[in-house]
Amino acid sequence: MPRIATATAVLLGLLCARPPVHLSAQSLRVPYETFTLPNGLQVIVHEDHALPVVAMNTWYHVGSSDEQPGRTGFAHLFEHIMFMGSAHVPTGEFDRLLEAAGGDNNGSTTEDRTNYYEDGPASALPLMLYLDSDRMGFLLPEITAEKVDLQRGVVQNERRQSYENRPYGLADENILQRLYPPSHPYHWPVIGSMQDLQAATLEDVRHFFQAYYTPNNATIAIAGDITPRDARRLVERYFGDVPRGPAVTRQPPPPVPLTRVVNGVVEDRVQLPRVYDAWHTVKAFAADDATLDVLANVLAGGRSSRLYRRLVYELQIATDVVAFQDGSRIDGKFEIYATARPGHDLGELQRVIDRELQRLADGGPTAREVERAQNSFEAQFLSRMERVGGFGGKADQLNFYNYFVGTPDYFQKDLDRYRKVTPAAVQRAVQTYLPPGGRVVLSVVPQGKPELAVKEGTTP
Amino acid sequence: MTAAVTVFALLLTALPAFRLSAQVLDRSKPPTLQPPPALKLPAVQAATLPNGLTLTVVEMHKVPVVDVQILVDAGAARDPSALPGLATFTATMLQQGAGVRGALDVADEAAFLGAQLTTAASFDGASASIHAPKRRLEGALDLLADVVLRPSFADSEVARQRQLRAAQLVQQRDEPVTVANVAFPAIVYGRGHPYGHPVNGTDSATARLARDGVAEFYRTYYRPNGARVLIVGDVTLAEARRLVAARFGGWERGDVPAFPSAPAPPGAPRTVYLIDKPGAAQSVIRIGHVGPVRTTPDWFALDVLNTIVGGAFTSRLNQNLRETHGYTYGAFSQFAPRRLTGAFVALASVVTAKTDSSLIEFLRELRRIRDEPVAAPELAKAKAYLTLGLPGDFETTGGAAARFRELVTFGLPLDYYDHYVERINAVTAADVQRVARQYIDPDHFDIVVVGDKSQIEAGIKALNEGPVVYRDLWGQEIK
Repeated sequence: MPRIATATAVLLGLLCARPPVHLSAQSLRVPYETFTLPNGLQVIVHEDHALPVVAMNTWYHVGSSDEQPGRTGFAHLFEHIMFMGSAHVPTGEFDRLLEAAGGDNNGSTTEDRTNYYEDGPASALPLMLYLDSDRMGFLLPEITAEKVDLQRGVVQNERRQSYENRPYGLADENILQRLYPPSHPYHWPVIGSMQDLQAATLEDVRHFFQAYYTPNNATIAIAGDITPRDARRLVERYFGDVPRGPAVTRQPPPPVPLTRVVNGVVEDRVQLPRVYDAWHTVKAFAADDATLDVLANVLAGGRSSRLYRRLVYELQIATDVVAFQDGSRIDGKFEIYATARPGHDLGELQRVIDRELQRLADGGPTAREVERAQNSFEAQFLSRMERVGGFGGKADQLNFYNYFVGTPDYFQKDLDRYRKVTPAAVQRAVQTYLPPGGRVVLSVVPQGKPELAVKEGTTP
Repeated sequence: MTAAVTVFALLLTALPAFRLSAQVLDRSKPPTLQPPPALKLPAVQAATLPNGLTLTVVEMHKVPVVDVQILVDAGAARDPSALPGLATFTATMLQQGAGVRGALDVADEAAFLGAQLTTAASFDGASASIHAPKRRLEGALDLLADVVLRPSFADSEVARQRQLRAAQLVQQRDEPVTVANVAFPAIVYGRGHPYGHPVNGTDSATARLARDGVAEFYRTYYRPNGARVLIVGDVTLAEARRLVAARFGGWERGDVPAFPSAPAPPGAPRTVYLIDKPGAAQSVIRIGHVGPVRTTPDWFALDVLNTIVGGAFTSRLNQNLRETHGYTYGAFSQFAPRRLTGAFVALASVVTAKTDSSLIEFLRELRRIRDEPVAAPELAKAKAYLTLGLPGDFETTGGAAARFRELVTFGLPLDYYDHYVERINAVTAADVQRVARQYIDPDHFDIVVVGDKSQIEAGIKALNEGPVVYRDLWGQEIK
């Protein structure tokens, strides 16, 4: 096979240097090799010989934002179907073979992508590649209505367990509905609705697989006790015969600004009401994305943060408060939520939150607050370097950076974004992105107690 | 063995890639794998300070982070019977002001160091731990020493945390999984047993939490002779000893009362305990009874048994309830490791309409594991999963610390994992059946179901698997 031999020769020239394994706090490096098979599959390989383990991580560039209204939850349902057997791997064998080789696996779906990993002893890599290539190349003949039905039931139970039977579990989808118009692909939650899950057909499965589960719409990252040369040889062996699929094209939707307050009230089986504020912000890796992360930390990152100090510690009117920037591929949102203590209503909490936001908009954070946030982020970056596998391990992060910024080893550059944030930038971010007059204010209240909600018209 | 594997790997590497790729790939069967790499675990070292404080150090130098855990024999099993929740509350109070720092200053300093500071207690012990970048280690240890040795326990902070806990207990009642996790041990161990009360206390006990009680509990149990320091990460033993001695060398010894002892509560005939959650979309199920202590020599066979029954994705419970029937997002089981009487528990959250069907399948599997010997491939898979998956548990400082912490907490030898693979591999199908019969006893199951009574009661009664009784959200009899 000349095409492979040629590619191998090129690769051999790149293999001389062994990457240093020891890290210093000042420089995060995850050296890698990358190559692309003729069918379009991009592969990223990172060596880490600390333990005899290997992590195989696959990203398919498809998520719930690729779904159509009426078929929400499908990308995630499909993720489950990927474990139900393929042409040469009977149902149940994917997990059985892997466990018998000492491996573990999982998959996850977001708005933007679907990822799968297998972790295990380095000797199990050929098996991981065999299993993953078989379901990438040969899934369809094995998919039956029964299998779809079965995983539909499992996913509906996942929805019950993680959303419906969990206090405040339906807040998220209620926020998305109000933040995005029905035509926007972030309007619905990744888990989807019960009705839409019920409606999914075998034909949907086929179409989805053919459109998105192609080597040219996927990337593989392999990290651990392996050399790029061995990894390449194995990947070519197992994925070489998987045919290329149609190109995936997407039309990014126009931005959807929110210029008024959208109030909502949801009654839930809870005793303590909780208020959620949500704003449109910026997408992942956009100019102010890291600034907004620092802002979230200043507001509610731990007990020394502004909102915790005020709401939970000093006034003692809330049990908890959380804030985060959630930058995705198409858009980003910023959320704050706080749960009231018995005897307090959400209007009280909202007034304090608004006052603290105003204070930050007027005076900005202190230099120490920003530095504290930066130190926390730096420590998180370091700790994420410990693991090759799993969600958030090095293999997963290589795929993440590769997809979002086009550079797998973006670790240090990512951290640098946080180091560059200034108090003035945080102040500007509050002023720019968290206007009191352009947000969703969602109250989750005990059943029959709508009077505990934030009153409409009471927020500016 | 190791040498042979290495040589073979080198040979493979040397082959030109196109030769292998040119072969037509035979997908009809999975690839034959090379023998797994030899187990390579980080070395564990120990030292003792003059005040009796023992230090366990595991060097891991890949990433410049360090995980430090001060493990104190101050768990909730020591709660006074009138004050359940005191141990966890005392652990919480450690962080609410220490040394010259106020409560918020402790949090501020930890965040500034990029350190995660955690103080907590379980039934079997309390811990104060910090995970920090290496270059902030000295500052992190200064803070940790303040928290462990010089907590302020100011009245105002005790009152503040008492109020917060009262609100959290209200919140906890809305969470069906938490309700099940509180009710199950309450029912299995019963009142009066050191593990029979809620670890985070009750409403009435919370109202009685006060400075004096906290200070006395602290004075009694937070002593170096009842404590262990576990350090995992980018340090050497000498460095760790110096850093710890400088901060904890003056920690005063005390007479720490012996850990409470209590006989295993007698098992009652199988009973279903129904806890009503009107409108619940799922029923949260816990099935089990008391179990062996962590130090039993049967633990290796129990590890294998549990992996077959409910410790992994392809275990019988999950295959049956999730992959065959679609009743749940996941069904699992566990032998809870404990210093005194342990517990066996099988668990799942199942769709309300299939609560009775799920119980049938749970009981079917838990009886079958006793009645039929395990087939060879299933046994081999479980053993491989445990032994070959072991290195992954030692990949991060936090993961390795959790493994070694288990050894320290239960007084197991520090070289435990050096023999683990050998011991697991020695387990036979007969061993599995023996421990299944000894430690899983369906005739004495406590079956706890937290769900919508109006929807599930009739179905459960029709199973005829024992009396159905009602309990409140704490697992107590309804008055």
